[in-house]
Amino acid sequence: MPEISRDEVAHLATLARIDLSDAELDHLAPQLSVILESVASISGVAGADVPPTSHPMPLTNVFREDVVVPGLTAEQALAMAPAAEEQRFAVPRILGDEQ
Amino acid sequence: MSATSETLVPFEDVLAAYDPALGLEVHVELNTATKMFCGCPAAFGGEPNTHVCPTCLGLPGAMPVVNGKAVESAIRIGLALNCDIAEWCRFARKNYFYPDMPKNFQTSQYDEPIAFDGYMDVEVDGETFRVEIERAHMEEDTGKSTHVGGATGRIHGADYSLVDYNRAGIPLIEIVTRPILGAGEKAPAVARAYVQQLRDLIVALGVSEARMDQGNLRADVNLSLSPKGSDVLGTRTETKNVNSFRSVERAVRFEMQRHAAILDAGEAIFQETRHWHEDTGITTSGRPKSDADDYRYFPEPDLVPVAPSREWVEELRGTLPENPVERRARLQEAWGFTDLEMRDVVAAGVVEAIEETVAEGAAPQAARKWWLSELSRRANDAGVEITELGVTPAQVAAVQKLVDDKVVNDKLARQVFDGLLAGEGTPAEIVEKRGLAVVSDDGALSTAVDNAIAANPDVADKIRDGKVAAAGALIGAVMKEMRGQADAARVRELILEKLS
Repeated sequence: MPEISRDEVAHLATLARIDLSDAELDHLAPQLSVILESVASISGVAGADVPPTSHPMPLTNVFREDVVVPGLTAEQALAMAPAAEEQRFAVPRILGDEQ
Repeated sequence: MSATSETLVPFEDVLAAYDPALGLEVHVELNTATKMFCGCPAAFGGEPNTHVCPTCLGLPGAMPVVNGKAVESAIRIGLALNCDIAEWCRFARKNYFYPDMPKNFQTSQYDEPIAFDGYMDVEVDGETFRVEIERAHMEEDTGKSTHVGGATGRIHGADYSLVDYNRAGIPLIEIVTRPILGAGEKAPAVARAYVQQLRDLIVALGVSEARMDQGNLRADVNLSLSPKGSDVLGTRTETKNVNSFRSVERAVRFEMQRHAAILDAGEAIFQETRHWHEDTGITTSGRPKSDADDYRYFPEPDLVPVAPSREWVEELRGTLPENPVERRARLQEAWGFTDLEMRDVVAAGVVEAIEETVAEGAAPQAARKWWLSELSRRANDAGVEITELGVTPAQVAAVQKLVDDKVVNDKLARQVFDGLLAGEGTPAEIVEKRGLAVVSDDGALSTAVDNAIAANPDVADKIRDGKVAAAGALIGAVMKEMRGQADAARVRELILEKLS
């Protein structure tokens, strides 16, 4: 039976940048466990000969020609941004990791 | 970090107590016309946010489609690294919160890389190290952030950041080695040689500009130490974005010395990424290294699997260039260069230039001399790559032909290069315009030799007495009178004839 611990939920919340209170963690951890169990019942019907599905269409090798097609102008792209400066997207101060 | 992180152990002492394990991750930015998953230009630079579309901006509903040319390049890189090519593989989402990808994930490959289980043989000082390649996988580059505010322009202390997504989505191939063990004192040199040879291979394949200074090729250096004789790997650090061959070597050396200091003090290495500082040659603490779990990789549902047919793979194998190492060995033998000469030629990046100059008719040693000394120096002075200096192999061969034909000597030939760089025409035209031809008219030479003998009677006496070495002083005097425009060998003959 899959089970998700309170600690694991707290770790996931950190990764997802969701601020959860202790009360919320107590409340959500058992609920998530139930959801996982329900989804896991699928593995009861799928035998070892059934590969996990990652795509609904039985296709491979859908490729694009390496040819430039027009995209958006900077004005169009930035029109959707909450904030912009120097023709760039302005984002809040980044703490922690740098990729 | 504790004070010990600033302390370094002398390199020899590191080697006495520890064995280094190296690992290298190299990102190669492909030179496709378009991005990995959309038709935006993959060209370097451009005005900010002008190479963008709904797909690479991660707008809702936008669907990515794989660039076939990028897959072809990935397979060719894999084959050149002696890898197996996956019969079937998928892309995966690498989830993280950092605004350099507007999608909140990077499309990459996780447990199904397109190429795996390869190797590259790396030569250091005549010794061969086999570097095993764990995998080469396809992914996309990230956008470029500028940090505003704060003292240093770096991420820490910035008030906010500005992001340009032109680079987001440019095809990348990440090439990952298995731990390289047993390199010992040569670990820094092996790391450098691996990256250098990998770059040569990428250039020979023609799949990337592979310029480290422009970030087309970026190296991350993993390093750990284990106590001598132990077969358990130590905790590693990953130094990111080391952007020159020399820095790769320095970063390995520095981390070896830093790790040893921490371990000697009985402390533990903290698994983290490190930033490389080119100016000071040190690394500083970056972020704790995430576990793969934290990226919550899962198969990318918007892309279908890549399943290269064996026919296609074999067809691509047929397009591989000669392996650079074998090619070098072949050329060295054909040219008759010593190991040292060949090493200098390779280090200066003039193998191709010499090959083309020889093809234009110049002797290999002459071609080596011009490219390695005269033209390398001028490129250095001008601060450009030697290939961008503006002198072609055909021109170098033409200059050498003038030397061979005794129209000019080496000294005058240098002035011909001056003329070539100044755009004064062909080598022959420059000789004509600048009046550089050596005087082969024995009458004029003979007079100059007579003058030199008359002006230096004591030297002349020595030569008459058999001290032939003294002729140098007279040759110098003649060359001065002829303003360099004489064939020194002919002058010497004349002097010896007259004084015998």
